[in-house]
Amino acid sequence: MTRSRIELPVTADDRRIARLAALAVGLTLAEAALPSPVPGVKPGLANIVVLLVLLQYGWRAAAWVSGLRVLAGGLLLGMLFAPGFWLSAAGATASLALLAVARHLPERHFGPVSLSVLAAFAHVGGQLALAAAWLLPFAALIKLLPVFAAAALVFGTVNGLVVSRLLAAPNPDKRQSAPCLIP
Amino acid sequence: MLRAGDWSVLAGGAAVVAGLAWQAWFAPNDAADTAIIRAGGAIVRTVALAQPQTVTVPGPLGVTRIEIAAGRARVQADPSPRQLCVKQGWLARAGEAALCLPNQVSLELTGRRAAHDTLAY
Repeated sequence: MTRSRIELPVTADDRRIARLAALAVGLTLAEAALPSPVPGVKPGLANIVVLLVLLQYGWRAAAWVSGLRVLAGGLLLGMLFAPGFWLSAAGATASLALLAVARHLPERHFGPVSLSVLAAFAHVGGQLALAAAWLLPFAALIKLLPVFAAAALVFGTVNGLVVSRLLAAPNPDKRQSAPCLIP
Repeated sequence: MLRAGDWSVLAGGAAVVAGLAWQAWFAPNDAADTAIIRAGGAIVRTVALAQPQTVTVPGPLGVTRIEIAAGRARVQADPSPRQLCVKQGWLARAGEAALCLPNQVSLELTGRRAAHDTLAY
């Protein structure tokens, strides 16, 4: 009898994506514990991770992190394939689609804050589009639209500022210990 | 930290929020709240579109029945030969009207703000 063995080679990229996705999932869970005045209005802290990954490792990695975040977040919050899960997936898809275009904006003029705000608007837009098509009559959503849009603007700006602060901080991977000068 | 383009994105976002808020909360809405029922050119009843009820109006050919519901109204039955006003169905927006000319009865909706003289489709 021969023993079959399946080997799945794991690359350094896979490990990095897994680590970053775990970070995003952690932020999603922490955020789910925060009380919110309006259901659906959340800071979207996991988007900080997605945006950082986009800027440092490219769009593919960001899409992986975002997808894993939605899937694992759904599993851990016990709402896998529930309406909330699909709304989250629709928002993540819309925001990734917009980021695929927006990341080609000239970097000299448009920083992380622009990307973050645009992604936040796309996120809310995707969620509301699905909600309008599937869950609620559109007339009921109209009154809530400005609330969601304002939340996207505020939290998008804050998250973008956090991302630009994190990017400006020295990268721990590349940090070198200073040579000791012995007199 | 914020670049020139970022400010324009933020300004655009604020404009979107303001536009949506105006649209959702402050723009004049054309929902009807009152039905005016006329017979022979004179107003016979003015009914608020709050309580569901049926109003009967006599005319030269017979009785026209008008049904009032929450936020809308229609001519339910009319003795006119071609039934045009009945076929119009439910009216819900300010300015909409259903005219039953042979029986000289009309139903017209008005709202908080009369945006149009009349609406027809």
